[in-house]
Amino acid sequence: MQTKRTIFNSKILPYWLILPQLAVTLIFFVWPACQAVWQSFLREDAFGTSTQFVGFDNYVAITQDSSYLNALIVTVIFSVAVATVSIVLALVLAVAANSLLKSRSLYTTLLVWPYAVAPAVAGVLFWFMFNPTIGLIPYLLKGLGYHWDDRLNGTDAMILVVLAASWKQISYNFLFFLAGLQSIPKALIEAAAIDGAGPVKRFRDIVFPLLSPTTFFLLVVNVVYTMFDTFAVIHATTQGGPNQATNILVYKVFTDGFIGLDLGSSAAQSVVLMVIVIALTFIQFRFVERNVQY
Amino acid sequence: MVENRPFLKLLSHLVLILGVVIVAFPVYVAFIASTHKTTDFITGVMPVLPGSDFLATYKTVLFSGLAAAGAPPIGMMLGNSLIMALAISIGKIVISILSAYAIVYFRFPFRQLAFWIIFVTLMLPVEVRIVPTFKVVADLGMLNSYAGLSIPLIASATATFLFRQFFLTVPDELLEAARVDGAGPLKFFKDILLPLSRTNIAALFVILFIYGWNQYLWPLIVTTDSEHYTIVMGIKRMSDVTDAEPQWNLVMAVAILAMLPPVLVVIFMQRLFVKGLVETEK
Repeated sequence: MQTKRTIFNSKILPYWLILPQLAVTLIFFVWPACQAVWQSFLREDAFGTSTQFVGFDNYVAITQDSSYLNALIVTVIFSVAVATVSIVLALVLAVAANSLLKSRSLYTTLLVWPYAVAPAVAGVLFWFMFNPTIGLIPYLLKGLGYHWDDRLNGTDAMILVVLAASWKQISYNFLFFLAGLQSIPKALIEAAAIDGAGPVKRFRDIVFPLLSPTTFFLLVVNVVYTMFDTFAVIHATTQGGPNQATNILVYKVFTDGFIGLDLGSSAAQSVVLMVIVIALTFIQFRFVERNVQY
Repeated sequence: MVENRPFLKLLSHLVLILGVVIVAFPVYVAFIASTHKTTDFITGVMPVLPGSDFLATYKTVLFSGLAAAGAPPIGMMLGNSLIMALAISIGKIVISILSAYAIVYFRFPFRQLAFWIIFVTLMLPVEVRIVPTFKVVADLGMLNSYAGLSIPLIASATATFLFRQFFLTVPDELLEAARVDGAGPLKFFKDILLPLSRTNIAALFVILFIYGWNQYLWPLIVTTDSEHYTIVMGIKRMSDVTDAEPQWNLVMAVAILAMLPPVLVVIFMQRLFVKGLVETEK
């Protein structure tokens, strides 16, 4: 691991410097994570009076639990939908903004602020806007002949949470695409233009392929975002319903652990999620390393 | 622009204006709702133009709270959010810059191990280990306190990486010169490294402040008495009234107030915000 050529020789000081970070990490991150792993091998009754070691039973149980499999499918649909919607819209907006010189920064300011809105607040805003009785959107949809009801219709509920989660993520993706577009050498675009390639062809054959590292990076980040940070969106709106149509894995860990008090199963689900995050982080880092060598 | 195509330019403007309108629409709706009376929502669809109750609504939420929903005045929740956001962002920066300094400028046994332990925090979002973390905090008696709200969230692998990356770019000659002049490690840190890191610290602060302010699940489970409610979680408690439609005008006013501080931070510190966002993700 890299250090400086010249360093200080203190023996004790570095430990003091690193102690606070290490203490917080060990107490609030590593220790609970180990607890989750340990707990996932135990079965405890809801009152915590008796505990027994059950090996991999909790894991076997979740793979056979239809509501867990449902949550898995819902999570995949939700992640793919949010990533697609927010990446496509952000790319369109970034390409448009990049083609304008004077007004680019004004549009950027007007587009990035939703990043600062809490996912929970975004959820409440969409919950209100789509409220079946007083909301504006259901009213407009009724004019088009569609009866919107996210309280009863699973598809409507899924659309609602996808929109609420994507809304916030567009600004993030937009910034990264804009940075990616600006790092493409102008000479390439100009050469293509001289060769007679129109704007559409230039985008398809030059700009988009050169953006692929950014797109891939955003894909991973967006999947991580929808898998973990959208807890608040779900909790503030549909709460996993109707009939589990929007019950994503993170939300299920919470409800099974805190409300259902099924600690063993909740812990096993936590461990599965941790494995998923570790895999995604690994992919992200491998990619970043490759990217740095360019 | 390579060539001049007025049509394409017009199209770009149209796309962007449409984008801005779509992005702003939910907030516009919320703002409109907050300027009406509660009774305006009982009959059919909500209005699309501002009402006359702007001052009355905001006065109610800021100073008297929503007694019906059991929520304290919003002023207090805003204060709690501010304390939590500041504690998290400053705490993260302090402990990260110190540990990055130790990792880059010293060689000591278990350095590698310490680095990896810190790295692990990156992989364990609070959502996935929520039950055991709650247990630890409860055992330490930190429920319903500002310490419980902030300390469990202040370990930060990303901030440590950012500072480490930055320290590695600081020329070695600076340290050599400082040592020749007789400066010890703490003096070097305080007089040379800290001033050099100013922009990084500011950029990180913007990102971490937003992160801290927007925390939801954690405050939701560690605070049970309303004294320590933060505004982002408080909204949820308010829109959750049983057996009745929530008082939408008040809820939306709170939503506007909850998003205002971080949004203003982003708008007024856009440069630092973009820098912080792009660099912490590297």
